[in-house]
Amino acid sequence: MLEGLKGDARAYTALLAELAVRLRAYYARRLGDAQDDAEDLVQETLIAMHRRRDSYDPGQPLTAWVYAIARYRLIDHFRRRKVRAAVPLEDAGALFAADEVEPAMARRDVSRLLDRLPPKRAALIRATRIDGLTNAEAGKAVGLSEGAVKVNVHRGLKALSAETTPGPGASGLGAPAEDGANGDVAP
Amino acid sequence: MRTQALIEDLASRLEPSSPKTPRLRMALLMAGGGAVSALVMLVRLGLRPDFLAASLTLMFWVKFAYTLSLGLLALWGAERLGRPGLSARRPFLAGATVLALVLLIGGTDLVLAPMSARRALVMGHSAMICPWLILGLAMPLFAAAILALRGFAPTRPALAGLAAGLAAGGLGAFVYAFSCNESAMPFIAFCYTLPVLLLGLIGSVVGRLCLRW
Repeated sequence: MLEGLKGDARAYTALLAELAVRLRAYYARRLGDAQDDAEDLVQETLIAMHRRRDSYDPGQPLTAWVYAIARYRLIDHFRRRKVRAAVPLEDAGALFAADEVEPAMARRDVSRLLDRLPPKRAALIRATRIDGLTNAEAGKAVGLSEGAVKVNVHRGLKALSAETTPGPGASGLGAPAEDGANGDVAP
Repeated sequence: MRTQALIEDLASRLEPSSPKTPRLRMALLMAGGGAVSALVMLVRLGLRPDFLAASLTLMFWVKFAYTLSLGLLALWGAERLGRPGLSARRPFLAGATVLALVLLIGGTDLVLAPMSARRALVMGHSAMICPWLILGLAMPLFAAAILALRGFAPTRPALAGLAAGLAAGGLGAFVYAFSCNESAMPFIAFCYTLPVLLLGLIGSVVGRLCLRW
């Protein structure tokens, strides 16, 4: 996105193409019987993102920005179509459920965030929080005590959360990066 | 149109743009609105006659600090609400804290005062016109704030409009404070706060109507 903002058309094309795939999945899950509208919404969202691209704050996770716009377009779509309660109640959970795409995007954000930390510390966080090793196991691999690993991971996470505090409920789909950092992506 | 074709079309018409642009636009618009408001205040109302003498009192500064912090916090909130995916929790909490503090101090003053003096503490000598003057002075700022938000992408238009209204109200009250010579805390807590909140309400309605995109 940053390259796109600078005017790099090739990077921008690649980004939009990737986002189109994500958006297609996002809308497909939420439209129920009205799948025909999904592609229209994808295109509308891409245009909206393009027109309002300077509303992206480089300090925020791109996914949060994209999904907030996607959600806004979806609500707008429902409003125009006057869709009300078109989803049977027992399926309504799907409307609000997080789908698999967002965690995938969140993982991208997480690894980008981890890149900002010293590599050793990032590796420890990855090992303990994402790959699910214990502190002792992770410490053995790099020759640190269990306590040292704990301290390192704690400081690393603290530094990250200091950098990214969008606050909970930033949008309905809020801050996927933080969820990831808290360990939700761990198996 | 095929989506891929659309993407290539969008990319081919890509011009460099910067996240700073809408923020700069907002700053310029608010400065313009503030200048109009200040001009109207100077010409129609004039500075308070005791401006220099009053500047030695605490209340003189409390009024400025209160209104300016409300206005700037709300403006910060509006800027964040203009960006999809960002939350304005912190500015709103901070603003609510300032508001609560002023209401608390004003309320305490009122409770401690003898019954007979209370009415004068709240109403001063200008309670009937002060809120209206603040509303009027805030109008150019309100227009500027709404216009500025249209340069962003608010995904919650009513909330963004609320923030714009509160910002305009706070900054309008700040301008009015140059002219107003009231100095009782209960008066500030009532007559300054009321129009700010009212404008916030108006803002949320206007936002719902004008900030959709």
